[in-house]
Amino acid sequence: MSTLEYVQYYFSWLWGEVRDFLLVANTPTQKFTVMAVVIVLFIAVMGLLLWLVDRPKRARNWLVATVFAGPAVLLVCFGLVYPAISTTKGSFYDKRGQAFVGFDNYVRAFTDSDFQIVLRNTVVWVVLVPLLSTIIGLVYAVLVDRTRFEKAAKTLVFLPMAISMVGASVIWKFVYEYRGGGNRQIGLMNQVLVWLGLEPQQFLINAPLNTLFLIAVMVWIQAGFAMTILSASIKAIPDDIVEAARLDGLGGFGMFRYITVPSIRPALVVVLTTIAMATLKVFDIVRTMTAGNFGTSVVANEFYTQSFKFNDKGMGAALAVILFILIIPLIVYNVRQMRKVEEIR
Amino acid sequence: MSTRKSTVAVSAIAASLLLALGACAPDPEANPTTGTGGSAAPTGEVKAGCEDYAVYGDLSGKTVSVYTSIVEVEQADQEESYDQFEECTGATIEYEGSREFEAQLPIRIEAGNAPDIAYLPQPGLLKTLVTNYPGKVIPASEGTAANVDKFFSPSWKDYGTVDDTFYAAPLGANMKSFVWYNPSLFKDKGYAIPTTWDEMLTLTDKITADFSGTDTKAWCAGIESGDATGWPATDWVEDVMLRTAGPEVYDQWVSHDIPFNDPQVVAALDAVGDILKDPTRVNGGFGDVKTIATQAWNSAGTPVLPAAEGETPKCVLHRAANFYQTNWPTGTTVAEDGDVFAFYLPGKTADDKPVLGGGEFVAAFRDAPEVAAFQAFLASDTWANAKAKATEGGGWVSANSGLDVNNLATDFDKLAASVLGDKNSVIRFDASDLMPAEVGAGSFWREMVKFFAEDKSSQDVADAIEKTWP
Repeated sequence: MSTLEYVQYYFSWLWGEVRDFLLVANTPTQKFTVMAVVIVLFIAVMGLLLWLVDRPKRARNWLVATVFAGPAVLLVCFGLVYPAISTTKGSFYDKRGQAFVGFDNYVRAFTDSDFQIVLRNTVVWVVLVPLLSTIIGLVYAVLVDRTRFEKAAKTLVFLPMAISMVGASVIWKFVYEYRGGGNRQIGLMNQVLVWLGLEPQQFLINAPLNTLFLIAVMVWIQAGFAMTILSASIKAIPDDIVEAARLDGLGGFGMFRYITVPSIRPALVVVLTTIAMATLKVFDIVRTMTAGNFGTSVVANEFYTQSFKFNDKGMGAALAVILFILIIPLIVYNVRQMRKVEEIR
Repeated sequence: MSTRKSTVAVSAIAASLLLALGACAPDPEANPTTGTGGSAAPTGEVKAGCEDYAVYGDLSGKTVSVYTSIVEVEQADQEESYDQFEECTGATIEYEGSREFEAQLPIRIEAGNAPDIAYLPQPGLLKTLVTNYPGKVIPASEGTAANVDKFFSPSWKDYGTVDDTFYAAPLGANMKSFVWYNPSLFKDKGYAIPTTWDEMLTLTDKITADFSGTDTKAWCAGIESGDATGWPATDWVEDVMLRTAGPEVYDQWVSHDIPFNDPQVVAALDAVGDILKDPTRVNGGFGDVKTIATQAWNSAGTPVLPAAEGETPKCVLHRAANFYQTNWPTGTTVAEDGDVFAFYLPGKTADDKPVLGGGEFVAAFRDAPEVAAFQAFLASDTWANAKAKATEGGGWVSANSGLDVNNLATDFDKLAASVLGDKNSVIRFDASDLMPAEVGAGSFWREMVKFFAEDKSSQDVADAIEKTWP
């Protein structure tokens, strides 16, 4: 064996060992080593890039921009743009993603009565959740502002934010639990109804009202978020404006209508759109409480069900695209609003 | 200057590392198979208690990951049944149970993160996986096939076979044709165990008359099961299909030789509705017909027991599988003279004995000796008996003929095993588990929920399911 052959053999062996070690990580030690290797690689690559950019005394702007934004743009392309394109393409194909079917999936999504209910529910969610959460949060923030119990009262409303969606759903499922006839109630809501001398209700089954009872869970979680942000911006309203308005004879509702709301408008828009986006993606609540049964499914849940339970990749992709299109106007509005605020500054 | 120095230092370190590694490089002339450790010959002497495990060889340092839908309560027994295997072979079994198993497994396979072994609760899922992900499911190893040939009847092997390739070995078995009842209530009221379907309907009417004006109903049911809501209702339909249409039609229904909305299927749905959609007959302890859709299946039988000492139970009959045994509250005695017991859901005549069964199948996703060994172990009589002993609370049986009935924990399990082994029983596999996943784990479940929650008619339900058949 010549030296050259040996060197060749040696490097192929070395590469094989390293590759096996890195790719077939089974023990925690191996996994941590892989993690360390990746971190070191990341630091090395970033360090090299930064060092290269710094090298020439007068770096060109485009070079600096490429090096700094390049990795992020690449990752966005890989993690967002590519899946978006491939999903859009998949939505024009059949169940198995093999035969081209044109707009069939979309036609089904908008004409099939089951899917129409899904779309209707999504609209109801997106309209009601942001409005209710924001109104409740705003009114609450104004009411408790500068009172003695402000901190305690705010904590109470904010607490649900700390609970996961699934956790909250499980809690509310118990609250809505129903026992018929003369059987003892075990759900809070129905026990209250019984105490009031009313008939117990099957909150999760009776469509279309059951969607509203699911929405209540989301509002319960999001109102705390709205309250916190809005309360902070109410506190940021300059005292001189408030004082001037008071001297001009404004009070109570007038103060709220003409001073508070206009002053916190940017914060209101941010809260509304953020909650709307979170609502469009709502999945956990529906899935945990009804699994999309009883006419309560929403697009995000139905997309999952179609893709992974019914193995209908095309329909799942079409629903994902619909969700994507629904969310675009919200994001555009949000970005525009942010630009406007920046222009004022 | 300092940069140059550090460059030199780095090169030196790198060079010495390469050299050090070089010292570890195997001699290129040597036989590449030696020294890999896995193929070491069995070492003559075997540890005490390991005699049955010697055949699996030395698997020290190897790990087999298992992904299943079997979670708490039974999970502990499952893990315990591998202890001896781990001890004797040195392998490590990493068990992961998930309630979202059916939905997550395809995602994991697609993501290249498949488990080594998965317990598929439905042969239909095996078929879907083999068709949709070619090459991902590894055909059963020789050892596994040999064990299955030795210990299981051919029909069980068929359920683990797709297109003439045998993939998955049966694991546990379950028997769904049981009706749970309260023996002391039966004694007080003088009810007899029905031996035909008509006798059971007569008994139902008698119970309804005896308890009219009270909250007690003849039947109770619940089909809520999270992601899999609806499956207990499909079992009802299948059990009734076997009785109203017979096993031959049942097979045609499963293989789609007759459409799902065939009049005989609609008739079976009507027969289910005759009991479960009659507000005078259901839903004992929970309320009206609709509550069947929201009641969790694993506590749906609870009203068969009195809510408190001396109270009348709210429900008399609850049709559920043998594995419901583990769902009774702790302290419940399952015995013919205890708190609850079950009778065989009768056939059309006393001689008809159709049995609806089900079970899990062990599929492998990695081609490695330790995975093959573990798969073979799970198909052996060694494992079946180890599992029987580990399941101290009862509620587990297997169709493995090497299973010693005396190792089973309870009288009820022995009864289930004897029905399973009875040559007169006509055993049919759970239809929804055999149908394509879109139907068997999709529209069939979903439409049965509508059957109860929205009072959708039998014909509409059957039509809607037929439409989704791929």
